Amino acid sequence: MASHLFCGRVNLNILREAARKDLREFLDKCSGSKAIVWDEYLTGPFGLIAQYSLLKEHEVEKMFTLKGGRIPSAAVKNIVFFVRPRLELMDIIAENVASEDKLQPRDFHILFVPRRSLLCEQRLKEKGVLHSFTNIDEYILDLIPYDGDLLSMESESSFRECYLENDQTSLYHAAKGLMTLQALYGTIPQIFGKGECARHVANMMLRMKREFAGHAQILPVFDTLLLLDRNVDLLTPLATQLTYEGLIDEIYGITNGYVKLPPEKFAQKKQGEGGKDLPTEPKKLQLNSAEELYAEIRDKNFNAVGAALSKKAKIISAAFEERHNAKTVGEIKQFVSQLPHMQAARSSLANHTSIAELVKDITISEAFFESLTVEQEFMTGVDTDKVSTYIEDCIAQKDPLIKILRLVCMQSVCNNGLKQKVLDYYKKEILQTYGYEHILTLKNMEKVGLLKPQSTMRNNYPTIRKTLKLWMEDANEQNPNDISYVYSGYAPLSVRLTQVLARPGWRSIEEVLKILPGPHFEERQQVPTGLHKKRQPGENRTTLVFFLGGVTYAEIAALRFLSNMEDSGTEYIIATTKLINGTSWIKSLMDHPEENSP
Amino acid sequence: MAFVTANWNPLGEAFYRKIELYEMGWNLKDGLRECLVAAAPYGGPIALLKGRIRRSPSARPQLEIYSSSGLPLASFPWKSGVVKQLGWTVTDDLLCVQEDGTVLVYDLFGGFKRHFSMGNEVSQSQVLDTKIFHSPYGTGVAILTGALRFTLATNIDDIKLRRLPEVPGLQGASSCWAVLTQDRQCKVLVANESQLFILDNTACTPVTPPGLSPEASSIVHICVSFSYKYLALITDSGHVWMGTSNLKEKLSEVDTKIKTPPKQMAWCRRPKSQQPSAVVMWDGLLLVVGESKETIKYHLDDESILVPELDGVRIISGTHHELLQEVPGACEEIFKIASMAPGALLLEAHKEYEKESQKADEYLREIKEQSLLSEAVRQCVEAAGHEHEPETQKTLLRAASFGKCFLSNFPPEQFVSMCRDLRVLNAVRDYTVGIPLTHTQFKQMTLQVLIDRLVYRKLYPLAIEVCRYLKTPEYLGVSRVLKHWACFKVQQKEESDEVIAKAVSVKLADAAGISYSEIATKAYESGRTELAIKLLEFEPRSGEQVPLLLKMKKSPLALSKAIESGDTDLVYTVVMYLKNELNRGDFFMMLRNQPVALSLYRQFCKHQEQDTLKDLFNQDDDHEELGNFYVKASYKEKRLEARIALLQSAVDEYYKAKNEFSAKATEDEMRLLRFQRKLEEEKGEPLVGFPLHETMTMLLSVGLHKHAEQLYKDFRVPDKRFWWLKLKALAEKEDWEELEKFAKSKKSPIGYLPFVEVCIKRHNKFEAKKYVSKVTPEQKVKAHLAVGDVEGAAEAAIERRSESEISTVLSRCSSTTDHLLMERLNRAKATAAKK
Repeated sequence: MASHLFCGRVNLNILREAARKDLREFLDKCSGSKAIVWDEYLTGPFGLIAQYSLLKEHEVEKMFTLKGGRIPSAAVKNIVFFVRPRLELMDIIAENVASEDKLQPRDFHILFVPRRSLLCEQRLKEKGVLHSFTNIDEYILDLIPYDGDLLSMESESSFRECYLENDQTSLYHAAKGLMTLQALYGTIPQIFGKGECARHVANMMLRMKREFAGHAQILPVFDTLLLLDRNVDLLTPLATQLTYEGLIDEIYGITNGYVKLPPEKFAQKKQGEGGKDLPTEPKKLQLNSAEELYAEIRDKNFNAVGAALSKKAKIISAAFEERHNAKTVGEIKQFVSQLPHMQAARSSLANHTSIAELVKDITISEAFFESLTVEQEFMTGVDTDKVSTYIEDCIAQKDPLIKILRLVCMQSVCNNGLKQKVLDYYKKEILQTYGYEHILTLKNMEKVGLLKPQSTMRNNYPTIRKTLKLWMEDANEQNPNDISYVYSGYAPLSVRLTQVLARPGWRSIEEVLKILPGPHFEERQQVPTGLHKKRQPGENRTTLVFFLGGVTYAEIAALRFLSNMEDSGTEYIIATTKLINGTSWIKSLMDHPEENSP
Repeated sequence: MAFVTANWNPLGEAFYRKIELYEMGWNLKDGLRECLVAAAPYGGPIALLKGRIRRSPSARPQLEIYSSSGLPLASFPWKSGVVKQLGWTVTDDLLCVQEDGTVLVYDLFGGFKRHFSMGNEVSQSQVLDTKIFHSPYGTGVAILTGALRFTLATNIDDIKLRRLPEVPGLQGASSCWAVLTQDRQCKVLVANESQLFILDNTACTPVTPPGLSPEASSIVHICVSFSYKYLALITDSGHVWMGTSNLKEKLSEVDTKIKTPPKQMAWCRRPKSQQPSAVVMWDGLLLVVGESKETIKYHLDDESILVPELDGVRIISGTHHELLQEVPGACEEIFKIASMAPGALLLEAHKEYEKESQKADEYLREIKEQSLLSEAVRQCVEAAGHEHEPETQKTLLRAASFGKCFLSNFPPEQFVSMCRDLRVLNAVRDYTVGIPLTHTQFKQMTLQVLIDRLVYRKLYPLAIEVCRYLKTPEYLGVSRVLKHWACFKVQQKEESDEVIAKAVSVKLADAAGISYSEIATKAYESGRTELAIKLLEFEPRSGEQVPLLLKMKKSPLALSKAIESGDTDLVYTVVMYLKNELNRGDFFMMLRNQPVALSLYRQFCKHQEQDTLKDLFNQDDDHEELGNFYVKASYKEKRLEARIALLQSAVDEYYKAKNEFSAKATEDEMRLLRFQRKLEEEKGEPLVGFPLHETMTMLLSVGLHKHAEQLYKDFRVPDKRFWWLKLKALAEKEDWEELEKFAKSKKSPIGYLPFVEVCIKRHNKFEAKKYVSKVTPEQKVKAHLAVGDVEGAAEAAIERRSESEISTVLSRCSSTTDHLLMERLNRAKATAAKK
């Protein structure tokens, strides 16, 4: 089931189907019954492509998690490893293979996701097990269709690798993914970009284009590709998202399209069973646009969700009331036929009412309000040059370190760096309170530019803010007229850049673009003359916005808002290395020296 | 056109014809006598080994290779061992099977390619007889050894030797045998006297051909059809038995009345044949046998060999090259004397038309009345395909074209493609090319293979012409040919690197999907590294460039190409290769010039080789990273002394890096660790490793106030944070007395509201109230409310005349009990609002 992929402007199900076909083909290559040994990290992303039922159809009888020692016994002909090309995983596989029962040998296969690696094969060879594998193959899974207008590489550490470790592997995969996309949806004639990584990806794409000369000819679906480095806009992910979906992610975290929620609110589902004990397992819900109600409210400012829910409640109960008006057999039949849909809507409403209550418990708390106030002060440039009492108090009370880091980084970004004294003060406070080991984490923050001492240059954040109208005083949360509603006042910089690109064009903001890090560029790809798109009057352009290093749900909401604006003229499809929020992002940058591998 | 049927001979229901393909261009003194001959099917090349019987010890046999038309392709003296058999592979390579079981492989031009052995057993007992055969798995070799055992390799490109089971009672060379493919397995059919056996991997099964004439006492020759579907055998009584190769069905049996064993026998059966037929050859005599009692006899002047084809038999002699086949149906219909078939009438009509005779119309009418015109056109087109003479082809095609004029909606594809095919076929049949393919063979072999064959013969321009003419997709056609051309070109030693590189790049410039790396590999293999590098520059796929560059030991270039590609795995591959190739110093130096490779290698080391990582930083004098490295290491160290030592190293590095802050912070950390250890030893409290903040909390909670104070001073903890910390620690302990003392010790830098709040948090309203009065006016309302004193809050709010605060208090009032208060508040609110 992938109904959520059909609803967008571009049918992303083509991509999913292509991925499923490849998977089936590989599974059939290993004929006979099989067990899959999973690199645990991959199970989430794979869930977006294929359910267990598909695997079962292709004789997958058992599934195990990759770990050292011997593979659990299973009466199957084949053992298939689904792994990322990582050396440490190769060591585990080698151990698995070496301890295999010699009396009942099984066929081994490896499927590398997303790409084969010579390095890994070399390692297997060194370990003397390479010849044990019947099939070594790659499963090219770069861009995974995540929702009707959203593609994600689900590559958690991409930002860290690119900006901290100078490892651009994920960018190579991104470029490959874009090539696959172009093979299915046609060459994208225009490429814009901002940032070093964007430049790198564009270069690789242009290069790869030469490698695959002689492609099938497809009418281009996308008009424009916009590549954006996350480090062009470090501010947005730090801010607390205020859309419904954004808040769910901030509070509970959405992984691979699923959220786990505390079960209490979902307990009293059925009346008459009140005495039953409360469920203890967290409630797991899938969140995507296949759910009508969710599609409607996900991108609203949370303050507008209550009203939307109660409106929906009225509609649903009115619909149920209809049954009293159904007199004739025909009418009753009609009513009954709609019943499953209505019941689904009702249960969806119940779920989201519960979620909204959970979220509201947090948003009405004083702590949430205070922290939001400080964030908004920073974003409007109030007192960004001195130590914030609020942050000081939070440290004194030992609030979670990530929260502190988010705020300090935000202050630094909004002030184009902190005065050395202020910066050192914060750092010292953090080290004393949370432990000296965080010195490495702080260094990481400095390396990626989230923290920095103020240079002699003047603070240019106000210029950026004013030119791009990043702060809108009277953001309308209920009936928004500008993207700033997603942060109740702050318009995400990344989305503003996108908006300006569509109209009136980047030439109008040359000055700001020069201030922001990395080059900005435009490239054109030749499209054969027969394939030039003839746009109908009133037909929108389609732009693919690729966030290298992650995107937040609020940014996506803002882009969807732009797509739906009456006179926007552009519809957006979003691609990203990973869906992030401030917490997961900062976490990915932290160093935990006590663990052996980061 | 009467002469078309001049060479036709009837046999039963069908006709057979013998067409001359070529007058051989070679000049063989003794014809084919005493030669070992092998001619490849599908009009392939012919190999001859002359002078096998040594007349003097110094005379060596001569190996010669010719095209089907007898043009020499290669000739060289044979210097290896005794050759038992020659044969051709599906890719036009020559196999020479020696007595000792070694098989030598040569290309079409006599270039030695490789050799392989058929196993120890064969080399010990020597080769008695060999057959080279083709199956869907490739070209195979079957050997009958001196020990009368069969050894078989199904595909010479992937040799898996199979030794077949023993045949009971087999006796030497008197036996005859054949290889056939059945049920996806290659089997040997062997005759021993009158018995017949099928040998597969596991068993030797006796079989009997159904209805074999009882007069025979032994089988003297066996042959299997081109498709392996049919089997023919001849007995010592001169009977030819024909049937299916599974021996389930007999098709016919004919008595030739010749009792001497034949020299060769071959199936002469085309797909859709009317009858099974075989060709049997004796000295000077050729016999076609079919279903009828009659046979067709041909006289042979010269020593000849038979080459079985899909749709006939080629007969090669010292002077001529002929094709013997059953006349195809369409040709028979059209050319048979007095035929009234629609095709024949159409041909006649066209002839009359050319003569400008009105009879043309009569003939046409006759066809049209039976509405057979489209059938007539089809027959003419089909027959054209089967005719060898271009003139006859043209006549038939013209007739077809003429007939088409009177048809609407006749699909043109068949006609058009036949014209194209024939043009290609006539071109390759040309004497100078010498590939006498029939149309049926061409369709079976496919254009792809034909192009390959042309390429093997180095007929590049013709191959390209054919590709262009038949509009083959570029990457399958022209590009492929050009690649082969280039591979050949780079081996021409007499031309300079520059000239060749230029020539290649100019010719291949616009062709899509060219693999330059393959060409470069060829250049490298023929010892031209510089040329290979030049050619690699044209390769757009870095994945292809890099491995070859490494092979050629051009590692710096390989590294930069890998980096250019953005494929990090490729970079890693090169880096790992370099690591093994170079000494450490050079390796590091090379990395130093390639930052991308360096950072990837660092990543690798971080996970795999910590020590190397340190060396890397050392080499670069990267003190900052070295500092970080030691800090990280310190956390993995369990023993405190070692840990502190590592931290000291970190401090030194940080100072060298002029990172004052990190150095100081790390020194602080060491100081804290030492302090913790000392206290741990003295007081027995587990403290080591906790953050400063936590350490102080723990000290306070166990009452070690002085020590906590000491840390507070030593580490210059800000007052505010210390107050918070102490406040919380005391409240946690519910040490109210100490808390009060603390509150009075000096003016609180965090105010007194937190005091109220922590007390309330521990549900101690009594203690909380103590601090309410100390709270600043701004926070009074909050404080009163916190302890549940609504009236106090109201007082404070009214005093402050703050509208919002009054509202806050109001919201906490209950309308039943605080009626009066609410009135007061409302009034105050009104006044405040006025202000």
